Amino acid sequence: MREIAASSVTEVVRDLCIEANTRLPHDHLSALRRALHEERSELGREVIERLLENAEVASERCIAFCQDTGYAVFFVEMGSGVRITGSEIRSAIDEGVRRGYEEGYLRKSIVRSPIDRTNTGDNTPAIVYYEPVPGEGLKLTMLAKGAGCDNMSALRMLTPAEGLPAMKRFVVETIERAGPNASPPLTVGVGIGGPFEKAAQLAKKALTRPSGEPNPDPELADLERELLDEINATGIGPAGYGGTQTALAVHVESFPTHIAAFPVAVNLDCHSHRTASIEL
Amino acid sequence: MSPEPIYLHTPLSLEDIEPLRTGDVVRLNGVLFTARDAAHARMKEAIEAGEPLPFDPEGHVVYFTGPAPARPGHALGPAGPTTASRMDPYSPLLIERGLRGMVGKGRRSKEVIESMREHGCVYFGAVEGTAALLADCVKEAWVVAYEDLGAEAVRRLLVEDFPVVVVNDLYGGDLYREGRERWRRGNEGTEFGEP
Repeated sequence: MREIAASSVTEVVRDLCIEANTRLPHDHLSALRRALHEERSELGREVIERLLENAEVASERCIAFCQDTGYAVFFVEMGSGVRITGSEIRSAIDEGVRRGYEEGYLRKSIVRSPIDRTNTGDNTPAIVYYEPVPGEGLKLTMLAKGAGCDNMSALRMLTPAEGLPAMKRFVVETIERAGPNASPPLTVGVGIGGPFEKAAQLAKKALTRPSGEPNPDPELADLERELLDEINATGIGPAGYGGTQTALAVHVESFPTHIAAFPVAVNLDCHSHRTASIEL
Repeated sequence: MSPEPIYLHTPLSLEDIEPLRTGDVVRLNGVLFTARDAAHARMKEAIEAGEPLPFDPEGHVVYFTGPAPARPGHALGPAGPTTASRMDPYSPLLIERGLRGMVGKGRRSKEVIESMREHGCVYFGAVEGTAALLADCVKEAWVVAYEDLGAEAVRRLLVEDFPVVVVNDLYGGDLYREGRERWRRGNEGTEFGEP
C-alpha cells in the first residue's frame, strides 16, 4: 500500500488551480494558432490574435486569462493501492482549491445554493469525480469550468430509432442555439450512452482530452471529424462575429447503454479552455 | 465595417452613437460602470422602491463584468465581459433612463433590442476571454455601490482605448446574425463575403 499525505494533495491541487487558470495548455494554443491560420474572416482573425496575445500576457504575469475562473472540477483516478493519510482526500482537494483561488488571485464564483445565492467565499466545494483504477498511482485532472459556456450545454434522451442522425443534429443544434454566448471557438465535449447522468459526466470528461486528439475508436474518431466539419459550416465564427472557425475540437466519449436508450450530452467549453493534470 | 477604430468619450450623447453601425470597431474612453447579475437585481429593487440608483444612467455605458481580484499594483484584476442575455430582464429599466451603451458578450433579447432602438442605446461586444488585456485598459477603478457583492459590486472604471465592436446599432443591425450569414458554408466569397 502506497501512502500519500493529504498535504501533498492539497499542494498539487493549489498549483493545478493556478496553472489551469493562468496558462492555456500547449495543445490548445496550437489549436488556436491553427485556427488563426485557417480563419477566413478578418474580424475572426483579429479575435483569435487577441486571444493569443491575452494568453501570453496572462502567463507572463501569472494572472487569470479569463475573469470567470470557474467551477473547480476534478477527475481523480485513484489506484486501489493508494491510501491518503492525514485527512480525507475530499477535504484535501477543497483546501487546495481554497488556497489556489486565494493565492492565485482567482475569482470566487461559487454560491452556496441556487436559491440562497450567498458566495461561499473560497470557490469551494470542488466538484470531484472519482474513478478507481488498479495500481498505486494517483492522477488529478482539473478543469476550471466557466459558466457562460456551461450554461449553453444540453442533454437529450434520444430513442434508438432516432439514432445517430438525430445525435448529430442535436450536437450541431446545441452549438447553433449557443451561438456567440458560449464564446467560440469552442471545445465540444460529447457523451453518448449510459443512463442520464453518465452521458453528462462523459461529456465533461471529454473536455479534458488533449485538444484534437482523436478517440482511439476509429468509428468515433470519424464521427468527431464529421461533427467538427458541420459545426464549422455554421458560420458562427470566433466570438460569434462570423467566420469559419466555430470549434477547435470535438471529443466524443461513449459508454454502454440500455436497449431502450440513446442519451446524448453536449458540454461546451469556451476558447479559454482551462485544464491541467498531474500524476503523484 | 470601419477599417479604423472610432474613438468615443463617455458620457455619450445620442449624436455620438447615431453614426455607429454594426461591425464598427470602437475604442471607448472615459467612464464605464460595471454591473452584472446581482447588481442588476438590486438596481431593479431600487427603482421599484423609488430609491436612487448607484449612478445616473443618462449618457453612460454599463459593462457586464465581474472582475477577478487584482494583484498589487493593478487598478483592476482580469475583467472580460460576461453573457449579456442574463441582464436582458433588467436592461430596459436602465435604457429608459438614458443609458447609451452596454458592453458584454452574446445575443440580446428582442425586448432589449427594441428598447435600445426606441430610447437610443447601442450594444457593444468585447472579446470574452481577453480579460487580462481588457484590464490593462482600466486606469482607475472604485467600488461605488453594493460592496458586499464582491466581484459583482458596481464599480466606476476609468478606461483608455477600451476595444469593442458594435453588435446592435440603432437601425436593427445585428453583428451575430449578419456575421454568421456571411460566413455560413456556401455563402463565403459571395456578396455576403467581406471585401
